[in-house]
Amino acid sequence: MISPFLIVALLVAPLAGGLALVLIPRLSAVEIRAFTLVASLATLVFAGILAAQYDWAHSSQMQFEWWVPWVESFGLKFSFGLMDSISLWLVLLTAFLVPVVVLGSWSAVAERVREFHAWLLFLEAAMLGTFVATDLIFFYVCFEFTLVPLYFLIGIFGSEERLKAARVFFLYTFTASMLTFAGVLYVAYFNANLPATLGLPAAGRWTFSIPDLIQAGQRMSPSQQTWVFLALLAGFAVKVPLWPWHTWLPLAHTEAPTAGSVILAGVLLKLGTYGLLRLAIPMTPLAAAQWAPIVGGLALVGILWAALVCWVQRDVKKLVAYSSVSHLGFCVLGMFALNVIGGTGSVLYMINHGLSTGALFLCVGMIYERLHSRDMDQMSGLGRAMPVWASFFVFFALASVGLPGLNGFVSEFLCLLGTFRAVEAYGRGAVVGAHVMAAAAGLGMIGSAIYILYMVGRVVFGPLRLVVFPEESKLAMGMSLESAAVPTVPRGDLSAREILTLAPIALACLWLGLFPAPVLKSLEKPVARITAAAVTEAQKLSIDRLTVGVADVEHMVAAENGRISASEHAGRGIFRKTAGTLLNEAPEAAAEGQGGWRISSGGGRVDSRMNP
Amino acid sequence: MMSGVGEKLVHLWPEMALLVGAVLTAAAGLCTRRRCRALPACLAAVSLGVSGALVLIQIGGLPQLGGGLAGLNLVHYVRLLVVGLGLLLVLVTVNAAEAWSGSEQADRQVGSGRIGGLEQRSGSQVSDHRGEFFAFFLMSLMGVMLVAGAEDLVWLFLALELVSLPTYVMIAISRRPQESSAAWEAAVKYFFLGALSVAIFLYGFALIYGASGSTRLEEIRQLVRRTGPENVPLLLNVGLALAVVGLSFKIAAVPMHFYVADVYQGASAAVSAFLAVVPKTAGFVALVLVLGVLDVDGGARIPGVLGVVLWILAVLSMTVGNTLALLQRSVRRVLAYSSVAHSGYMLVGLLAGVNLSVEQGMLGNGLGGVLFYLMAYGLGVTAAFAVLGSLEHAGWEADDYRAISGLARRSGPLALSMLLAMLSLIGLPPMVGFVGKVYLFGSAVQAGYMALVVVAVLNSAISAVYYLRIAGACYFGAAQEAVEIAAVPSRRVAGMIAGIAAVLLGLLGGPLVEAAGVAAQRRPAAVQTVHMLVRAAEKLQP
Repeated sequence: MISPFLIVALLVAPLAGGLALVLIPRLSAVEIRAFTLVASLATLVFAGILAAQYDWAHSSQMQFEWWVPWVESFGLKFSFGLMDSISLWLVLLTAFLVPVVVLGSWSAVAERVREFHAWLLFLEAAMLGTFVATDLIFFYVCFEFTLVPLYFLIGIFGSEERLKAARVFFLYTFTASMLTFAGVLYVAYFNANLPATLGLPAAGRWTFSIPDLIQAGQRMSPSQQTWVFLALLAGFAVKVPLWPWHTWLPLAHTEAPTAGSVILAGVLLKLGTYGLLRLAIPMTPLAAAQWAPIVGGLALVGILWAALVCWVQRDVKKLVAYSSVSHLGFCVLGMFALNVIGGTGSVLYMINHGLSTGALFLCVGMIYERLHSRDMDQMSGLGRAMPVWASFFVFFALASVGLPGLNGFVSEFLCLLGTFRAVEAYGRGAVVGAHVMAAAAGLGMIGSAIYILYMVGRVVFGPLRLVVFPEESKLAMGMSLESAAVPTVPRGDLSAREILTLAPIALACLWLGLFPAPVLKSLEKPVARITAAAVTEAQKLSIDRLTVGVADVEHMVAAENGRISASEHAGRGIFRKTAGTLLNEAPEAAAEGQGGWRISSGGGRVDSRMNP
Repeated sequence: MMSGVGEKLVHLWPEMALLVGAVLTAAAGLCTRRRCRALPACLAAVSLGVSGALVLIQIGGLPQLGGGLAGLNLVHYVRLLVVGLGLLLVLVTVNAAEAWSGSEQADRQVGSGRIGGLEQRSGSQVSDHRGEFFAFFLMSLMGVMLVAGAEDLVWLFLALELVSLPTYVMIAISRRPQESSAAWEAAVKYFFLGALSVAIFLYGFALIYGASGSTRLEEIRQLVRRTGPENVPLLLNVGLALAVVGLSFKIAAVPMHFYVADVYQGASAAVSAFLAVVPKTAGFVALVLVLGVLDVDGGARIPGVLGVVLWILAVLSMTVGNTLALLQRSVRRVLAYSSVAHSGYMLVGLLAGVNLSVEQGMLGNGLGGVLFYLMAYGLGVTAAFAVLGSLEHAGWEADDYRAISGLARRSGPLALSMLLAMLSLIGLPPMVGFVGKVYLFGSAVQAGYMALVVVAVLNSAISAVYYLRIAGACYFGAAQEAVEIAAVPSRRVAGMIAGIAAVLLGLLGGPLVEAAGVAAQRRPAAVQTVHMLVRAAEKLQP
């Protein structure tokens, strides 16, 4: 059996590469870059083989499982495997982005090249480890260890305020995830003290196996679930980041070097959403269902608030950074809709956001390398001077906005659709409820179109204007910019290497936009499996809420109770059916664009009609 | 009769090896020729090695270690821990008692500043204290070994004094002439506060004796078994509480923590590492033994008022230690206050006790956690002080953040050791400090101290601030050309060994976790032998 070793190879390749960079003396900068590129490409190849060997028919089952003992007396193992296709997709995303980043920062880093690339490879190993870990502590180990490489990547290679950014980033996320750690310990403790007679495979002994602890966690009492959920949420919400715990993000993203920003936006933030989906929702389903309106509400506030903040940004990089807060809001909103559509959309959103936002950061980095500025007020009309760059930039901006046909659209649409249909999770009220939230999130979409297009308009179109540096500004004092000879961008348009950096991402965006069906199909089963328990709890809760509400109105008790339970039964059946069919339609809807909206509102109306 | 004693003396072989080593080292120190300079340190290392080998023979050899830990108990574990950390500390302290210049002023200071009854060797141009230093070094380590074997309060008291008394001298003679005033100040502070703490825990011991009528821990345990651990006489509780307070000086925990910053700052870095590791180990082992009298049914959590007292001390130690560390400008003072915080974490494990209601595994064995964490903390703090001891600024050992600023550009290995040490002390996975914290906090959860665990993890987060500041200074700051990197290769090696061990033991520390847990559960057997020896010795007397 060679397959388990594929995962080991996947983790070892970047780790060994990083160690080699630390240990091998006397390497020139070019050799280091080439070596890193080879190591990360090797990782990508392993990930590719993994995908080829993957049994897609059983995408919700654990595959390639393997473990080595760690601290056996704690029940700790280094155990890895692909728990389902969600892990595989995120592994692919990570393995894909790192070589791109290496290529993208080929000329950006001139000092301490060795450290830069070693940290980058260690970071890749840690990120991959998080996605393939099946032991909770091993997951936590990798999750936390990502902080160290990024701390150094930001702190050494960032821009002016890098020290503050690195410190804030590390401490904020570390503090939050210490609470997660306490929650993790509690779940393991709960499992260890369950009577072995319950029929759970791991009850009554210390283990940190994620599938075992998920089973055990579902047996916790409501208050226990709430505490554990909040502990897990603490770490993951900061990582995502969920409003109002996002304050570390703009700083870290803006100050980080391009490679750091791309990895941060592309993969690191997904550790948070992945943790929520992998741990919080299945392990504490009742609490997840109870807290869904609040978490969803925070996500919604994040979407709208960050969109507004983006609108007034002058710093291109900061704008893209804030847009991450807004976009990840959609991701969380869809996830906590606690239905298959929202969940699938949310996972797809993780991948899409990683691609398009990562690419936007790369584009901004390329401009910064040339002009040493990210200020929108200081540049415009770059499309004239750098047509190739401008094409890519506009392309990724549109992908990020969610233009039908590109990747962003499908996932954003599914997240909104999932939210719209999430009457169990988000309630059905007229003021606060699934429909209102979906509508408000739709506003966020418009907002994102506004700020992204506004930025594109300022930077790419209009008269060509470049940064005026202080020493030149004296000379150019009396000169109007239009009358000046056409200024030239240093180093001109994109080089072949830079095109090679951006082109694969563009192709991936296009592919995910036009043919998302296979991805969605592979995600459907795992998401259904993960959210199953939470969905059940949400449905129970929603019945409870209604009955309680009705009981308050005494004269309607009898009549209402009868009607509700009947319609609820019917409603759930129809809901399941429509969810399935709509999911299958979604890809076509995506391609049709406007048609998708009609389907969504139609589906919503069906849904609202069947509810009292 | 004699042969019986001889047989029983077998159990003290490791200690005796150290004692013989101490005598030889002191004698070797008399040799003033330059060729002999490294001799005391070498002798100390050799006698530690011999001692370690003897412990391994006692357990039944290395193969036995892998297979089930059959012969291991608390005494063996502590001895091995002492030998391991001792060897590391020898590497760090190799140049600690560097040659004193024979200037008159220095000599006068030497004459007036003597503490602990050293003989003055006036007139010699180079008066070197290596011999005494390493002799005291070995005796202090021997004290820790004896603490672990104590079965009697008097024995425990004497062993604890054997740990402390040499350290007073070591602080005083560890620094070079130009820095010696700081060292003497530190030594005097440490001595007087140490004497105060001794008085307190001796008073506690006296009350325990008064309440139980015996100094033997086993007999006190019998008394507790009769009354039940919840209903022990008030006098016994007060005695135990006083003992805990007194011992908190050794472990540098609240309420006897206030000396720690001044002393760590005043002593040379190498001796500070020694102070952070050795008395703390002795103190915690003593606490395990003394509080063990309440542990009548195979180790439940500490009951009653004493539990509350320890709970408060743990919270205060963590919080006060971390908060004060946060405010310091001097890296040594940071490490000193963080030592208080780490004692707080270990008090959490001590409080949790042994709760192995769960069949498999070691989580729930808080005392095992303490024993393991002593090792984890020892590695981290030794590496940190080894790095600080390798840096000099204007003739003084490095002290503030400026001194380590930009270290990565000047010496990669030193900066890397510092980084690994800091990450391990933060408890960042997968370092050994993380495994230690899982051990301690997991056990505390098992014992039902959830609130305490939350306080502890939040404190870990606070500690990340200053540890990261240190690591960050090494990597991000501007290089300080004024700071010299001292030509002490042994310290650099010690730092690297400790740093790499902190990584490797985090990844491969499974057997050690097991060993610490087993050791914590096997106290009585260990104690028995030493006690029998005491009795045999008593009978020998005419």
